[in-house]
Amino acid sequence: MQLTSSSIGRKILMAITGQAMVLFAVIHLLGNSSIFGWLNGGINAYAEHLHSMPLPIIIGFRLALLAMVCVHIWFGIQLTIENRGGRPQQYAVKSTQKATFASENMIWTGALLGMFLAYHLAHFTFQVVNPDTAALKNLVPLHNEMVPNVLGMVVAGFKNFFVSFIYAGAMIALFLHLSHGIQSFFQTMGWSCDKSQPILVKFGTLVALGLFLGYVTIPLTIFAGILKG
Amino acid sequence: MSDHKTMTLTLIVWRQKKANDPGKFETYTAKNITEHHSFLEMLDCVNEDLIHTGKDPIVFDHDCREGICGMCSQVINGAPHGGQDRTTVCQLHMRKFKDGDTIYIEPWRARAFPIIRDLIVDRSALDKIIQAGGYTSCHTGGVADGNAILIPKPVADEAMDAAECVGCGACVAGCPNGSAMLFTGAKVSQLAILPQGKGEAAARVKNMTETMKECGFGNCSNHYECMAACPKGINVKFIARMNREFIKSLIA
Repeated sequence: MQLTSSSIGRKILMAITGQAMVLFAVIHLLGNSSIFGWLNGGINAYAEHLHSMPLPIIIGFRLALLAMVCVHIWFGIQLTIENRGGRPQQYAVKSTQKATFASENMIWTGALLGMFLAYHLAHFTFQVVNPDTAALKNLVPLHNEMVPNVLGMVVAGFKNFFVSFIYAGAMIALFLHLSHGIQSFFQTMGWSCDKSQPILVKFGTLVALGLFLGYVTIPLTIFAGILKG
Repeated sequence: MSDHKTMTLTLIVWRQKKANDPGKFETYTAKNITEHHSFLEMLDCVNEDLIHTGKDPIVFDHDCREGICGMCSQVINGAPHGGQDRTTVCQLHMRKFKDGDTIYIEPWRARAFPIIRDLIVDRSALDKIIQAGGYTSCHTGGVADGNAILIPKPVADEAMDAAECVGCGACVAGCPNGSAMLFTGAKVSQLAILPQGKGEAAARVKNMTETMKECGFGNCSNHYECMAACPKGINVKFIARMNREFIKSLIA
């Protein structure tokens, strides 16, 4: 199978799964930003809206995301091992012109994001990190019905310095990973030329910066006491 | 004038007797070097001294010494061809260095380029990639026949930009993954752009990239070090074009 065995084919799989996760990260941030109150009922209303979707859609969406993550990790590790073997002996003097810290450390920023993802799911999806404040156990009234208190869980979590620190640190890894990954997607798909390529590099870094700032604002405003439960 | 000014340099050169030898760095002094010496002429001077003292000269590849052929292949202070924009080692001049400098000289380092001796590597893996599809099987005739097919100037220019690749392997040497994507991308693009090459484009991209993998080259991870290393200024847009050709070959 060309896609799963060839040099470019596996790169295309990395690019598509990576980009799908970037799109998810954008939508996830837009949804999370409801915590700042632009949606009537805030993040509790948003969470309730998501959970009231038909179960097959929720399960299907989660399985699709899981598949993306697995394919991305599998080929990421495989390609990195192959690439490290491409130059078995390094030069005595390291002199890089175009490669960046981000491009050279994709496997490590990716590994950090993978670990963060496991923690994040345990924290807010399975709610086992801090069971006392678990949203599913603490219901609050919203529009005449009782819904899980997501806001309370998030605020309680981020008031802890170490939790906020883990989230902020993971978002630095996200910024580095995407600042290389987004422009890389366009190049791998062949959607770039000599004129657009430098612009795509800047565009990718800007999107990565936007996601970093957007995500990191939530724990920072809560930890600083600006956003209250 | 400056002709009388000479410099003395410390060279730290990779010496390796044969392919399976572990190899090591040796230190030499280059004396009486003027700024007008090319880098290879500077090595010629060092080799003269080595020969006079009964030692083995430093073995390195070279041919035209006019910046055309791409035969010279040295990594100087970590940069293939010395890091000067669009310049091969033979056209790198000692005016780029100053008296007292220490210079590291290494061969191309990549799994697909085994070292033959000292600074010479075996680049025949690039030939294998060409043999896998870097040609057209149709009869293209003589010079007059070539002109019978009208090709718009911008299209011909684009193909020529890709065809500038001399196959020196600096892209592989510069790539942290030892990947030959810029070389292969230039060859695939050069032929895919022109009408004579379009017919076999799908088979070509598959076969050439497959051979690239079999030869032990790494995969592209878009560092773009290849473009910085290329003495002919081949743009990574040709890698993007090869990726497009690959996707087209999957659909076709």
